[in-house]
Amino acid sequence: MIATFAFYVFAAILIASAVMVVTSRNPVHSVLFLILAFFNAAALFLIAGAEFLAMILVIVYVGAVAVLFLFVVMMLDIDFAQLREGFQRYAPIGAIIGGILLLELFMVLATWRFAPEAAALRMNPNPPGVTNAEALGRILYTDNIFLFQGAGLILLVAMIGAIVLTLRDRPGTRRQDIAAQVSRAGSVSVRSVPQGAGLKEIGILRPPSPEEEKPKQVEHHHGGGHH
Amino acid sequence: MDFFFQNPIGIVILTVVKALALLVPLLVGVAYLTYAERKVLAAMQLRKGPNVVGPLGLFQPFADAIKMLMKETIVPTGASRVLFLLAPMLTFMLAMLAWAVIPVNDGWAIADINVGILYLFAISSLGVYGVIIAGWASNSKYAFLGALRSAAQMVSYEVSMGFVIVTVLLCVGSLNLTEIVRAQQTVWFVIPLFPMAVIFFISTLAETNRAPFDLPEGESELVAGFFVEYSSMSFALFFLGEYANMILMSALTTILFLGGWLPPIDIAPFNWVPGPVWFVLKICFCLFVFLWVRATFPRYRYDQLMRLGWKVFLPFSLVWLVLTATVLKLTGWLPA
Repeated sequence: MIATFAFYVFAAILIASAVMVVTSRNPVHSVLFLILAFFNAAALFLIAGAEFLAMILVIVYVGAVAVLFLFVVMMLDIDFAQLREGFQRYAPIGAIIGGILLLELFMVLATWRFAPEAAALRMNPNPPGVTNAEALGRILYTDNIFLFQGAGLILLVAMIGAIVLTLRDRPGTRRQDIAAQVSRAGSVSVRSVPQGAGLKEIGILRPPSPEEEKPKQVEHHHGGGHH
Repeated sequence: MDFFFQNPIGIVILTVVKALALLVPLLVGVAYLTYAERKVLAAMQLRKGPNVVGPLGLFQPFADAIKMLMKETIVPTGASRVLFLLAPMLTFMLAMLAWAVIPVNDGWAIADINVGILYLFAISSLGVYGVIIAGWASNSKYAFLGALRSAAQMVSYEVSMGFVIVTVLLCVGSLNLTEIVRAQQTVWFVIPLFPMAVIFFISTLAETNRAPFDLPEGESELVAGFFVEYSSMSFALFFLGEYANMILMSALTTILFLGGWLPPIDIAPFNWVPGPVWFVLKICFCLFVFLWVRATFPRYRYDQLMRLGWKVFLPFSLVWLVLTATVLKLTGWLPA
């Protein structure tokens, strides 16, 4: 009963925040609602018993992808008035595309059939005595390792492509060469100084003796060490 | 009694009591961590530190708290009001939320979940939102610059932290935090995985925005970074959140590398001491190193910070991960 109730709560918030992503006026608010939507989707995964997927959804999408997204949206200089200008002109086209997508979704849902072996697994996706993460690991890394590595190679190529496209080697930029700096003798060098020498100068460690002149009073600042 | 603990209301009450039993000592710990920080820094800089309020200045944290509460909460004009007030709450809440899975002793966790380490990683990666939202909602240049720095910094160091965690998980064979500690019965992971432990600790410094990586709040160039505009309780929540995060990260370092609640050697005088005491002692050691680092190292320059994260830690942890996997496979120590 509690699980059913929680499902409806999370599902309702998920749909409401998904609507807010599209309708809110400020793009930063849109991204924040998108993050809320991700969160509720993760909660739905949890209720379905897929705890590994729930955590990965939060780590990858909320923790990394959405941060960069927010980063970019915050730095964009968007003119809101201009953004809304063409709304009426584009509304019919948008409505038609949306309608087609909805129709397709309904068609998929109406003709969806589970394969007989999948239908049995659907009730109990985890093999008995194996945790969620372990079951996923077996499928990905043991049963379908070559497909998995193929997917990894595709991502690697995409990553190299992105780097090649954006890397510009500008001549004349001055880079810091830390190895050269450290090995350079002269201006920067590490020296070993006698221990406690500074303390004696201030007069903290030196025992007071009558024949010496009084150590100079050093002003101390108390407290205020934290920000 | 059994009946009470098995019906839903009993379970809720029991969980609330457990949470309070963890959070109240934690908050007292946070209060005294601020005191300890000022005392340790003072000792390292040949000063006395707080010594006026109470014996040895021990009531200083409470004086600070009352001062904070008495001040006026100021919301700047042009600030996004809801988000401005939400950001400190989020920071503080996340710092508390993560403690749900931390095992203080064998079996002493509020929620002993299978994917505990992933949960912790997820919660700690959310910490960046408090900072970004605060910076953006303040509608101020300094706050925004601080937030942008913090976002880039936390995302960068999370990557190498992830690889360090994967290396530890390879040696354990489970994502459960209790299992991770139990796997260190023979030897703490800090010994075989020493370089990883160092990388992890430095990454936690960057993740909690502590010196020498406290660029998001670099006062010499950004006034106070992302929380310039905050005052009173909203500032106090950021402050508490930062210190609670430090304790959390120390707890995580303890669980991953220093054997959690386990005694250093499993012989007579050591294993008389109860597990939670060892756990707290190890956390205190990590926290002392946090403060020690703050007193010792100057702040990094921003490009140096990025270089360290992406060009040093990331390749190194990646190579060490492959090396660990190879060694485990060849020696047959790979946990089933």
